[in-house]
Amino acid sequence: MTSVEIPTILRTYTGGERSVTATGATLGEVVDSLEVRYPGIAERLVEDGSLRRFVNVYLNDEDVRFLDGLATPVADDDTVTILPAVAGGSLTIELR
Amino acid sequence: MTRYNSLLDSVGHTPMVGLPRLSPSADVRIWAKLEDRNPTGSVKDRPALWMVETAERDGILTPGCTILEPTSGNTGISLAMAAKLKGYKLICVMPENTSAERAQLLKMWGAEVRYSPAAGGSNEAVRVAKKLASENPDWVMLYQYGNPANAEAHYLGTGPEVLADLPTITHFVAGLGTTGTLMGAGRYLREHVPDIQIVAAEPRYGELVYGLRNLDEGFVPELYDESVLTTRYSVGPRDAVRRTRELLAEEGIFAGISTGAILHAAMGMATKAVKAGERADIVFIVCDGGWKYLSTGAYEGTLEEAEDALEGQLWA
Repeated sequence: MTSVEIPTILRTYTGGERSVTATGATLGEVVDSLEVRYPGIAERLVEDGSLRRFVNVYLNDEDVRFLDGLATPVADDDTVTILPAVAGGSLTIELR
Repeated sequence: MTRYNSLLDSVGHTPMVGLPRLSPSADVRIWAKLEDRNPTGSVKDRPALWMVETAERDGILTPGCTILEPTSGNTGISLAMAAKLKGYKLICVMPENTSAERAQLLKMWGAEVRYSPAAGGSNEAVRVAKKLASENPDWVMLYQYGNPANAEAHYLGTGPEVLADLPTITHFVAGLGTTGTLMGAGRYLREHVPDIQIVAAEPRYGELVYGLRNLDEGFVPELYDESVLTTRYSVGPRDAVRRTRELLAEEGIFAGISTGAILHAAMGMATKAVKAGERADIVFIVCDGGWKYLSTGAYEGTLEEAEDALEGQLWA
């Protein structure tokens, strides 16, 4: 099971849990698996088939935009971290 | 050469050392570029001196001038040293939640410190400094976030030094703050090493630092050009502290916390190289020593305690 770190702003979907588990061979599948357990969360992360602009997702701390985005392969022992977008040390916008 | 006419002339030419214990194998090696060996103990001596000397050459800085700079510490300390030796006055704007040692060091070197609100981080320091600059047109703001001389110092210094010491380099890993190190050294290495990977490590702060803010837009340093980078890591305080401690425990290198974050990214790339069965010579930047961060609590107690202690602090 891949572990997924959830930011405060999205914990309303996870019943307050900051760390949850998910399955999937790619990041996109991991998001789909989150949606099954936490309906509504996928829409906050994905828009028109790609990651929303103001959401950053990290695979083992590496920014998935520099990997293959939602197509990035994910392994069972990986950690996915979701964060509001941060640029140059600052909060770009709130995840609404 | 190890003899110089003055301290200013001794900036750069830092040693590179291998990490025989933290490197995963003989084929995947990690190397530390010890930028803490610069005159004031940080990598920032390079851009600070080069920005001052470039401004002198351009006629912007003239004898007796006052220099103004938003800085959370190291650049300020480097500028203070250069300003003192060259006869300028320096005013630094720094967030009030940076470590106590930093302000003390700045004052010792003769700089004046003005504080910006903690909640805004570096962003707020930049905003306050820009305001001061507009109110005092005779002050010279070198502005490390947008000054091409910042990146150029690394294009002319750090990059060539790294390549000369390790022609087999495959990865260059550095911190992403002003982005000067990565843009400068990264561009130089890309021009000389086919397929080199340029890897950024940025600090990930807790919500105490970010949560209070509601800025209109994010701040991206003018120097930043994403195309120079191969990939980008975001490293939280726990991993940064863990790696900082490993570096000391395994290799005897006493570094600051941002260096731990950079090592974390270097180790991530090393793990990927091992999994892919590829050879790698990974160079990462040791930005500074740990001295200035002893009061943060990062160096004692459990990782959990250190993480709690760093909550709300700008540790990189």
